Amino acid sequence: MSATTLPALGPARDARLAASLSRRRKWFDRVVKVLCTGATMIGLALLASILFTLIWRGFGALGLHVFTDITRPPGSHGGLLNAIVGSQVQTLIGTAIGTPVGLMVGTYLAEYARDSALGNAVRFVSDVLLSAPSILIGLFVYTILVAPFGGFSGIAGCVALAVIVVPIVVRTTEDMLRLIPISLREAAVALGAPKWRVIVFICYRAARDGIATGVLLAVARVAGETAPLLFTSLGNLNWSVSLTQPMASLPVTIYQYAGSAFEDWVDLAWAGALLITAGVLALNIVARVALRPRA
Amino acid sequence: MRDGDMNDAMSQTRQSRTLEAMQPRSAEVLGEARISMQEVNFFYGANQALKHIDLDLPDRQVTGMIGPSGCGKSTLLRVLNRMYDLYPGQRAEGRVMMDGVNILEPGVDLNQLRSRIGMVFQKPTPFPMTIYENIAFGVRLHERLSKSAMDERVEWSLTRAALWEEAKDRLGTSAMGLSGGQQQRLCIARTIAVRPEVILLDEPTSALDPISTAKIEELIDELKRDFTIAIVTHNMQQAARCADQVAFFYLGELVEVGSATQMFTAPRLRRTQEYITGRFG
Repeated sequence: MSATTLPALGPARDARLAASLSRRRKWFDRVVKVLCTGATMIGLALLASILFTLIWRGFGALGLHVFTDITRPPGSHGGLLNAIVGSQVQTLIGTAIGTPVGLMVGTYLAEYARDSALGNAVRFVSDVLLSAPSILIGLFVYTILVAPFGGFSGIAGCVALAVIVVPIVVRTTEDMLRLIPISLREAAVALGAPKWRVIVFICYRAARDGIATGVLLAVARVAGETAPLLFTSLGNLNWSVSLTQPMASLPVTIYQYAGSAFEDWVDLAWAGALLITAGVLALNIVARVALRPRA
Repeated sequence: MRDGDMNDAMSQTRQSRTLEAMQPRSAEVLGEARISMQEVNFFYGANQALKHIDLDLPDRQVTGMIGPSGCGKSTLLRVLNRMYDLYPGQRAEGRVMMDGVNILEPGVDLNQLRSRIGMVFQKPTPFPMTIYENIAFGVRLHERLSKSAMDERVEWSLTRAALWEEAKDRLGTSAMGLSGGQQQRLCIARTIAVRPEVILLDEPTSALDPISTAKIEELIDELKRDFTIAIVTHNMQQAARCADQVAFFYLGELVEVGSATQMFTAPRLRRTQEYITGRFG
């Protein structure tokens, strides 16, 4: 048969060829399915095992004293109160500092510097910061806020967390503002609205849910950060809510306790890990359910 | 004082509605120009989209702008409220005179200009807020009103836009819940609430069903008692129904302009006739 003429019999008409092709396809299909399902199973099993261990060990160590007592020397059955409060304070203040900055940078990128060279540079730096190892951020804050002022402090921890919050909020703010149709902006401009009014009263309102989701995810992210706090707020075994003193936090306490040789400290580390996980999970659920885009 | 005017206008409108219906449309009597365009050229970058446009919008009359897609009619509307200023690279030349001022001059206060020349777009663009707030937003940009005065203004504009009956019990609900036709009437209400002198309508019914379209056309007829209107449309019947003056654009040029009656019964140019009868475009 020459290459220019069509074959006399196509696979659909040649029963044997069709059957063999069909067998091969089905076999290949099955292999791919098994591989994908297997990979999913491995991933799920790992996750389930982490979660199961966490819940098993964490619940076992959980008790009222965890929430009412502060950290104490090994053997004296302390709690985590100072670490819990310290984490909340630093996460809250870090978010409070980082969110407005991120919001404004994101607004600048989306509304004022869409295609400018400076805008592109800022966007690039922000994206780099987004994926920068968090220990670098800890070191950076150490050199500007800890070393010059002669001591670790809660506020340094807040600032380190804020530095992590900023690029997350920048990214979501810019993305959400860019999603707003140009027609909505033009409609507001056509009424005689100056640009800032369009941004504040129309664009922010339209993008509100998306931006709020970004902020919540940023909170969830920094609530579990350890590395940036190691060189900044350090950790504190005593009760202290002073921002100028070293401040305890759950991740750092877990880091210190989990590696210790004392059984009650290790138990408390598990309890702390469970608390962080539950908190982050709750934030994620709130972000997904309460702020789901409305149809 | 303006509030008084408004009430007068409202009662006049009610009285004259039946009278007007009996009179034939007097399209030949085109009044004084509210806006006068002279030698207007427009460029998207190096691309010239409008060439030497000379056109008057007669006071309190409807000017229908027709022509095939890309002929420049929407661009001309965007020149009149300087919407093109949002985009670097777009520029207009020539003169657009309104009350003795060339509104294309650089010193013109654009926000004030846009409060005098309102615009309604092709697709309804309700703001993501309540029906009440949609209207109050524009008013607050230009006036300080008491709560009761604002309530009155909202009712007035919704009534003029033929939406009050449908919306009065749900002013506090999101405007996104309205139907497409209602949303477009809300956009018209929002525009007239600012009390402009001129309203630009850019294919306001192209996204709407026939019933909503009929409502908006009725509305246009009603609004021209107080406002000078320019409407871009692809629908010949709509132009014939609504417009007093019709301008035919082709490839960025104003080919022919005249009263609606003249344009649709005895166009001077063959190209106009061919477009109107659907032989090209």
